[in-house]
Amino acid sequence: MKAIHDGLFDLNDDGTIDLVGGYSPGSGHYHFPLLDTCPYSGATDIERVTLSRAGALWAWTAVTAAPPGYEGPVPYGFGVVELTRERLHIVTRLVESDPGRLEFGQPMTLVADSLPGEVVTWAFR
Amino acid sequence: MNVEIAGVGIHPFGRFEGVTNTDMGVHAVRCALAEAGDPPFQAAFCGTAYGGVASGHKVLGAIAKTGVPIVDVEAGCASGGAALQLAAGAIRAGQYECALVFGVEKMPKGIIRSSFFEPWREEGGLAATPAYFALRAQRLLREAGLTKDHLAHVVVKNRRHGVHNPNAMFRKEVTVDEVLASRVVSEPLHLWMLCSPNEGAAAVVLRRGSGSGVTLASARLRSHLPGSVLGEATPLAGIDDADITPPSTLAVDDAYAEAGIGPDDVDVVECQDTDAARELLAYQELRLCAPGDQAKVLVERGDTINPSGGLLSKGEPLGASGLGQVVELVHQLRGEAGPRQVENARVGLAHTVGRGANACCVIVTR
Repeated sequence: MKAIHDGLFDLNDDGTIDLVGGYSPGSGHYHFPLLDTCPYSGATDIERVTLSRAGALWAWTAVTAAPPGYEGPVPYGFGVVELTRERLHIVTRLVESDPGRLEFGQPMTLVADSLPGEVVTWAFR
Repeated sequence: MNVEIAGVGIHPFGRFEGVTNTDMGVHAVRCALAEAGDPPFQAAFCGTAYGGVASGHKVLGAIAKTGVPIVDVEAGCASGGAALQLAAGAIRAGQYECALVFGVEKMPKGIIRSSFFEPWREEGGLAATPAYFALRAQRLLREAGLTKDHLAHVVVKNRRHGVHNPNAMFRKEVTVDEVLASRVVSEPLHLWMLCSPNEGAAAVVLRRGSGSGVTLASARLRSHLPGSVLGEATPLAGIDDADITPPSTLAVDDAYAEAGIGPDDVDVVECQDTDAARELLAYQELRLCAPGDQAKVLVERGDTINPSGGLLSKGEPLGASGLGQVVELVHQLRGEAGPRQVENARVGLAHTVGRGANACCVIVTR
């Protein structure tokens, strides 16, 4: 198993993942993925943080045809989850691929998701 | 200093096997220069996103018009508007008396693949452009109290306009039921609610003076402020975006200020309808209505918005689309738009926004 890209998340021994982001005490904002500069203020006082796994569904849809460069299953869920603690909106795959089964604000939890080639990425369920 | 639009030209938007960017560019440039009386120009600016190295040079090389500075400009969907701003600014500054602005594009078929995204983002399914449009559409429907029917009505309106535009790709009227029966690409967006990337070219000759009667009052390009998760910059995360001014509003405020007018003065609008929801979002971003009043705009002045048929009828060749809007507005202001004519059009607003993010707003007056 390998992460889809270095630095996006910690791959834990038990198969779970934790997203890795940044926090700028100066701007008060979290960001993802981790950068050396706050993308909202330009501050360089960045602390590496493990982002929380709990959020609420903010927007969602399903991708019904494979976009260029993608070899995983279709349809797949796609949306934005607002992390409750950090108030950060994360673009993400969703485990649920039927938009009719989802609702605004419903609780979501971070999970590891697998793609062809034993690749691990993040998703919310 | 007044900058006038001395001539315009367009190559139809569509799919043209065996026709090159250079061929289409030559067609549009020749039309525009002929309208302007074939004036000498001191600089040329060419918008294109997928055209490749020296697209503008190839076009002007084919008609023996090189030697002047030729600047190829990439600004996503706003490439043509960006080229226009550069040319207009140089004329206003006194650098040139006349400048040629054109855009050429042959878009790849299917979902647009963009070098904007890192390969891992494509691999992870996080680079599906229509899905980002769908998320934005869903949020707009929720926040503005709109429904899928409103999206379908935008398509019906623009396709109705497109019937009368010989330069449009789709020239058949459609019904709300037909739009809603087309396949779902990404909920809530159906196939017919999305514009087709395609091919085309457009050209505009700018000149110091006012003899032509059509003035380029403003052309203003802006990029995004950071923060919006669903903005055209397509970041992987964002913060609460309620207070973040979108790039289209930044651009239109600049354009209104430069032209010395406000949204109530605008008679005819060509706006970015990449998808049907994008047009409705543009209404509020361009200050044509308060947030949430889109349905009213659609009923009351829908016929004056995208009279060309919009991108939903014309298709979208990125480098040419913004200048194609300007060509339409010039025809409208001259009263030459035939069955598409918006009565007594004196002030036109063109708007493009896309990857970067880039947004450009152009105001033309007579």
